[in-house]
Amino acid sequence: MELVPVYLAFILVLSIFLGFELIAKVPATLHTPLMSGANAISGITVVGALLAAGTGGPAWMATLLGSAAVFFATLNVVGGYLVTDRMLGMFRRRQPPPKPD
Amino acid sequence: MPPLAVNLAYIAAAVLFVLGLKMLGSPATARRGNALSAGGMLIAVVATLLSEGIVEWHWIAISALAGALVGALASRLVAMTAMPEMVALFNGSGGIASLLVGWAALFGSGEAGAFTAATVLLSVAIGGLTFTGSLVAWGKLAEALPSGALLFPGQRFLNGALLAALAVCAMLFMLDPAPDSPYFIAVLAIAGLLGVMAVVPIGGADMPVVISLLNSYSGLAACAAGFAINNNVLIVSGSLVGAAGIILTNIMCKAMNRSLANVLFSGFGAGKAGAQVEGEVKPIDADDAALILEAASAVAFVPGYGMAVAQAQHVVQELGELLEENGAEVTYAIHPVAGRMPGHMNVLLAEANVPYDQLVEMEDVNPRMAAIDVAVVIGANDVVNPSARNDEGSPIYGMPIIDVDQARTVFVLKRSMASGFAGVDNPLFFGDNVRMLFGDAKASIASVIASLKG
Repeated sequence: MELVPVYLAFILVLSIFLGFELIAKVPATLHTPLMSGANAISGITVVGALLAAGTGGPAWMATLLGSAAVFFATLNVVGGYLVTDRMLGMFRRRQPPPKPD
Repeated sequence: MPPLAVNLAYIAAAVLFVLGLKMLGSPATARRGNALSAGGMLIAVVATLLSEGIVEWHWIAISALAGALVGALASRLVAMTAMPEMVALFNGSGGIASLLVGWAALFGSGEAGAFTAATVLLSVAIGGLTFTGSLVAWGKLAEALPSGALLFPGQRFLNGALLAALAVCAMLFMLDPAPDSPYFIAVLAIAGLLGVMAVVPIGGADMPVVISLLNSYSGLAACAAGFAINNNVLIVSGSLVGAAGIILTNIMCKAMNRSLANVLFSGFGAGKAGAQVEGEVKPIDADDAALILEAASAVAFVPGYGMAVAQAQHVVQELGELLEENGAEVTYAIHPVAGRMPGHMNVLLAEANVPYDQLVEMEDVNPRMAAIDVAVVIGANDVVNPSARNDEGSPIYGMPIIDVDQARTVFVLKRSMASGFAGVDNPLFFGDNVRMLFGDAKASIASVIASLKG
């Protein structure tokens, strides 16, 4: 039995724990940006899509599926980050009251 | 770029994702965190494009440009009130991208091994379910589909049968994992059908749970695709997102005092009704409401989905500012599941320029509710329903609520005297200290403002 799947599973388990630790303390105010920001990260699948679309092998199906995947994943990444940024740009702190002279 | 360099770049990307997510945890650093995470994505993409595996460019260029264009336009043009729909669609596009990546992995060099075949199945199943589930969620949120819970006899049996069929087809595919296997297509179709079936029985008020769960699935799908193509950065990032989505889902379930299983399978809100409460509502007009608000020294606004529907966030902010100038302390009390996605109300109020330090969470506002002179409920119902505290027969019994009934005076803004989303009659409306301000929330508040100014 080769060990690669085990190493990958090792990474998986640690990352999940890390994810739990990172997110556990997010205030409710930021739930939506957190969700859309995390969604943009899940667009990392674009890396797999690029590899599938760009191998240039004889399997035209791989190129076709990969190209479609590139489209959706790029949409997800670009749209996700931009919309999160747009939302976060609206969050502001209360302006300090003007100082009395 | 040699594989070693590519993988080092992936590590850098993963570090930036982790830091970015961490910084998303505080309003002061969130925007920089998001930019950092986007930088990580850029590094990962550039490293991949420069890797030795990429020899064919034009399809990539065309698809990536088209995707980037659509994504950028959508993110600029979407109205803040339509954000739940947008998030649902982005989840769905992440899901189908992972499905396609998994599928494409079947056409790699030579026969797929058992491990690859199994992980391809996982990414196709999770990705497909996320895709169709998100489309149904989008349809419900955009009201292209009926937003209520849809239950029919034999639903559970059908779902069980679909799940069993999925397992059987998956096993048959594993015996001979050829790219053109009919069992693979069957898995694809059944997963898509399961996604539809999973979201159909969930009513509009439970949407925050569904959205965060689908968010989690989109991460898990990326993670499964990572296993299918042996790619670390997909596994790390996918599981971070998966974990984040699960935590949010859990927060949403706790805020409704229900288990995830109950949210997913019970068809909550389909034809159930709590005890009918008898009583008489006491209406108030905008002028009298303005008089009471003018005399108040502590006012709390409690928004719900109705505020989003009426697009009333800007007038609410205007009223709040007016009352503050009048010397009142103004807060916005927000229930975790108010609206159609986690944090929905916060985003709307932020859009209307309400500073985030004025937004208070349920646990912080409840202890000081008795000191609030006027609580203004805008298009919220279940999240302020005292039945959740007192009536053991109520479907929402046990759900933590914002205790507006304990404020000195409560104004409830309501379109008309229909019962709320879950079909629960709300005894709050009959309370001695409660006055109903009927009409469109935006118009009602505008007339209160006019009366205050006049």
